[in-house]
Amino acid sequence: MARPPSRRVRSLLGAALAVLTALAAVGCGSTESSSGDDRTLVVFAAASLTESFTALGKTFESSHPGVSVKFNFAGSSALAQQIVQGAPADVFASANPATMATVADAKLAAGQPRVFVKNRLEIAVPPDNPGNVRTLQDLANPALKVVLCAEQVPCGGAATRALAAAGVKVRPVSEEKDVKAALTKVQLGEADAALVYRTDVEAAAGKVRGIEFPEAAKAVNEYPIVTLAEAPQPDLAGGFVRLVLSERGRTALTRAGFESP
Amino acid sequence: MPAVRTRVPGRVPWVLVLPALAGLAFLVLPLAGLVIRAPWATLLTRLGEPQVWDALRLSLITATAATAVCLLFGVPLAWLLARITFPGRRLVRALVTVPLVLPPVVGGVALLLVLGRRGLLGRWLDAAFGVSLPFTTAGVVVAQAFVAMPFLVISVEGALRAADLRYEEAAATLGASRWTTFRRVTLPLVAPGLAAGAILCWARALGEFGATITFAGNFPGRTQTMPLAVYLALETDPQAAIVLSLVLLAVSVIVLASLRDRWVNTP
Repeated sequence: MARPPSRRVRSLLGAALAVLTALAAVGCGSTESSSGDDRTLVVFAAASLTESFTALGKTFESSHPGVSVKFNFAGSSALAQQIVQGAPADVFASANPATMATVADAKLAAGQPRVFVKNRLEIAVPPDNPGNVRTLQDLANPALKVVLCAEQVPCGGAATRALAAAGVKVRPVSEEKDVKAALTKVQLGEADAALVYRTDVEAAAGKVRGIEFPEAAKAVNEYPIVTLAEAPQPDLAGGFVRLVLSERGRTALTRAGFESP
Repeated sequence: MPAVRTRVPGRVPWVLVLPALAGLAFLVLPLAGLVIRAPWATLLTRLGEPQVWDALRLSLITATAATAVCLLFGVPLAWLLARITFPGRRLVRALVTVPLVLPPVVGGVALLLVLGRRGLLGRWLDAAFGVSLPFTTAGVVVAQAFVAMPFLVISVEGALRAADLRYEEAAATLGASRWTTFRRVTLPLVAPGLAAGAILCWARALGEFGATITFAGNFPGRTQTMPLAVYLALETDPQAAIVLSLVLLAVSVIVLASLRDRWVNTP
């Protein structure tokens, strides 16, 4: 306690200032670089499209020099809310027609949304399958820790439909905020099973095991895509939607585990 | 210690008042937005839903429990940092603030890696005692305490360092042991700082979202606290989210205002 505290406080303040200055510099730098001649296409897409759309974005960039594609991947409903609240975006791809309707109802879709893929649920379990899960009916076992998506997000809606179709009652330990959060719980071994999309199992190859179940056919999600009415880059947006709907786009998406519409 | 109020004579310096008012507006305007946009017409029916009260009750219980945990471990930690010289103290002090800079979601993942069913310690807890923290109310308390403890430690440590050491020295010369000194002299001396720290800690725990949803998951009545309920309501029904936010705000403002007047001597 020999040192007067004021010096320490001053040096701390100095350090904080230095960090703030550095941050400000970085912030300015990034805005300057994006306001040059280069154009940026902004795509809002469902979290389950993360891997396949990132790859398609690269394809689009290589065929459109000077264009960079920026993605905002999140739960479809959250994205729809952001768009309705005025977030600047060119393209919206959602994981179910209901969330797309939120955007269309607000007159923010340019033209009719088009379904470009379908996705179905699988049971994801840790690679060693500690709960010994084989069928959807197994999830009713109260000793198992089962994680579902919250009903408010598309994967939760699909899970509810599939479980209802099978007449299975599941008491989940958690209702997760999006499909990736549900998958994480299985990857870390905290949950014995989760209902996630087949594409998520595919993307987490090796870290989780996927188990197909027949009732999934009763809860297939359709993914619509649309160019947004207030798109800053409408021509690029149209180009990207065409790429997604093209043969090339379809190949990339089916490779990721999606089904053709 | 009675607060001595002195008035410095002279004009009110606008160079301080203007930014102060701007700062106040910045903090209060979003709040006003919530109040203005609230669906007042349907407020009562929305408040009638039992999920709201489940989440509120859970939030109040867990935030209070988390504050108790933080007091139990945080006050001794603050004392250690302020009063005992040991090698690496600066590093320890920096480590204590890590949860402040860590994004809470990352904190939640870190907690899972340590206390999860397959975590470093959690595996052993599960095998030896059958205790598994994720997806339980206790898990919510753990997540909140992790994120909120630095606020308490920093406040208490600051108060300890500012406290006059001569009182403790006097107690020691009169034959008091270090524990007695801590209990009878140091704690009363830093009580205002302690109270302020506890309030900060409680408030942070009450608003905790990221670490909670990651570590404890989301299940109504068990781990779904108000911030989690707000987040999920926002997905489909922003109006319901506003109502929930208002309830949380109202309750926390009432609690904090009443505690502040009682414990913290703010003039």
